[in-house]
Amino acid sequence: MKKIEAIIKPFRLDEVKNALHAVGVSGLTVTEVKGFGRQKGHAELYRGAEYVVEFLPKVKIEIAVPDALTPRVVEAIEIAARTDKIGDGKIFVVPLEEVVRIRTGERGEDAL
Amino acid sequence: MADPTIAELAKGLTDTQNALNIVWTMVAGFLVMFMQAGFALVETGLTRAKNVAHTMGMNFLVYAIGIIGFFFVGFGLQMGGVGAVFGGDPILSKEFVIHLFGKDFGLFGTTGFMLHPLNLYTAGVAATFLFQMVFMDTTATIPTGACAERWKFSSFVLFSFVIAALIYPIYANWVWGGGWLSALGTNFGLGHGHVDFAGSSVVHMTGGVIALTLGKMIGPRIGKYTADGRVNPIPPHNIPQVLTGTFILAFGWFGFNAGSTLSGMDTRLAVVAVNTMLASATGAFGAYLYVKAKWGKADPSWLANGMLAGLVAITAPCAFVSGWAAALIGAIAGVLVVVAAVFIDTKLKIDDPVGASAVHGVNGAWGILALGLFSNGTYGQGLNGVAHGVTGLFYGDSGQFIASLIGIAANILWVAPVAALAFFIIGKLVGNRVSAEDEVAGLDIGEMGVLGYDFGGGPVSGAASGASKPAAAGVPSLAQSTK
Repeated sequence: MKKIEAIIKPFRLDEVKNALHAVGVSGLTVTEVKGFGRQKGHAELYRGAEYVVEFLPKVKIEIAVPDALTPRVVEAIEIAARTDKIGDGKIFVVPLEEVVRIRTGERGEDAL
Repeated sequence: MADPTIAELAKGLTDTQNALNIVWTMVAGFLVMFMQAGFALVETGLTRAKNVAHTMGMNFLVYAIGIIGFFFVGFGLQMGGVGAVFGGDPILSKEFVIHLFGKDFGLFGTTGFMLHPLNLYTAGVAATFLFQMVFMDTTATIPTGACAERWKFSSFVLFSFVIAALIYPIYANWVWGGGWLSALGTNFGLGHGHVDFAGSSVVHMTGGVIALTLGKMIGPRIGKYTADGRVNPIPPHNIPQVLTGTFILAFGWFGFNAGSTLSGMDTRLAVVAVNTMLASATGAFGAYLYVKAKWGKADPSWLANGMLAGLVAITAPCAFVSGWAAALIGAIAGVLVVVAAVFIDTKLKIDDPVGASAVHGVNGAWGILALGLFSNGTYGQGLNGVAHGVTGLFYGDSGQFIASLIGIAANILWVAPVAALAFFIIGKLVGNRVSAEDEVAGLDIGEMGVLGYDFGGGPVSGAASGASKPAAAGVPSLAQSTK
């Protein structure tokens, strides 16, 4: 099993969610986050003077998936979240040791 | 029942007219009172969330301070020598006068303090008190924006009494209480003397000059300027508050300007109201066009400043100018406020978080100049004892323009030094500025003891005993499980 964490642009969330549905992802967790990448935020003007917005708002998606599904999920996020502009975000894939469905006590891929 | 005599009919007519005038003035005064809410929202929205209880608290208490200071001292100084009001007897008729160049110079009134004695407390005097008081309070609430986010509350309280009891009433006496600026026409042939229909100078310039003086003396907010002198903008926390507050101010301004006819019989009030409306629109739109061309985005803080600048500028000339002139005066104000605010911010390095000095000070002066330029001579016959209508330079009366210049100079020369001296003394007594620690943490806890916005997550909030009960059997409550 893998845990996939994707940092995406907030306005792409709906497309990403629909794409994940299409490849069979049954649940996901979404968090509003802030951060910066290589551009270090961007400059804005307030009352004619420049200031830097250091931490830009992003959305973090977390999904737990079976190993077999992982490449298709990553690809779905990649396509749905891409705008070809800076700040499209990143996808992290990390190994997942155990999953528990709290209500039934199921373990492993059965709990996904 | 016998038919009424002509004399009885005439008296009935006069009484009805006086009643209509008082009712109109009172309703307009109530509208102006509500402008306090507009100022509170604009100033609080344009500053940071950590200071909302303090910024709003100043805007709230200044209303009470203003009434008390005006009741005990200010009203008498301002209106004690004005003469008859609303068709009543000339009860307020003691003016302290000095004689210069063979002429009388009225400096301040000497009766009407505490609305005493009883024979003085007539309906006409009461209406005058209420209307003049809410105008004065507009001035008193302007510096709270310029000094926001760093002004010690006790210093604010003391200084606001000085505005209500001294700084405002003296200049207002000179213009509206029968004092020397209003007599420049009869004494020296300068138009109608210094004319200010609803207060571009008396109310707004006074507040703006105080704002600039105090803003300079109290110093910029921590972090506003970098070590090498560049501006570090401090963005506002709530734009909806700012724009709602601006709407409330524009609404109240109809009372401010149209109410300044002091007469429901004077139907010129409709022209005044339309001129006011036009200038508010061209002010906001002028600011929009200028800001859009200069920086590309419609920063709402400028849109609000632009509308208020148009309103401030039309306040003096609103009764005397044509519709096109009102629109032009507002449009110039909308651009001028941006240029002035940037100059004050980047060149003078005076940190004015809400742009109060540019909105009220600079555009107050512009409004007085505009009156001296654009007044078309169709209104104001008999004002300040001069027969013809108020006429500006563009319509042939250079004397009116000179009187306007004198009015502006007198405002600065009276207001700035007295404000500086009072602020200096208050600083020695209680300190003008909060500690750096409180300023960084926010003034809400340091000065007011309570957060303006408490979402329950901060270290300050705690569960009150008995406030939370277990939600359902078997589910342990957080309050019980975390000891």
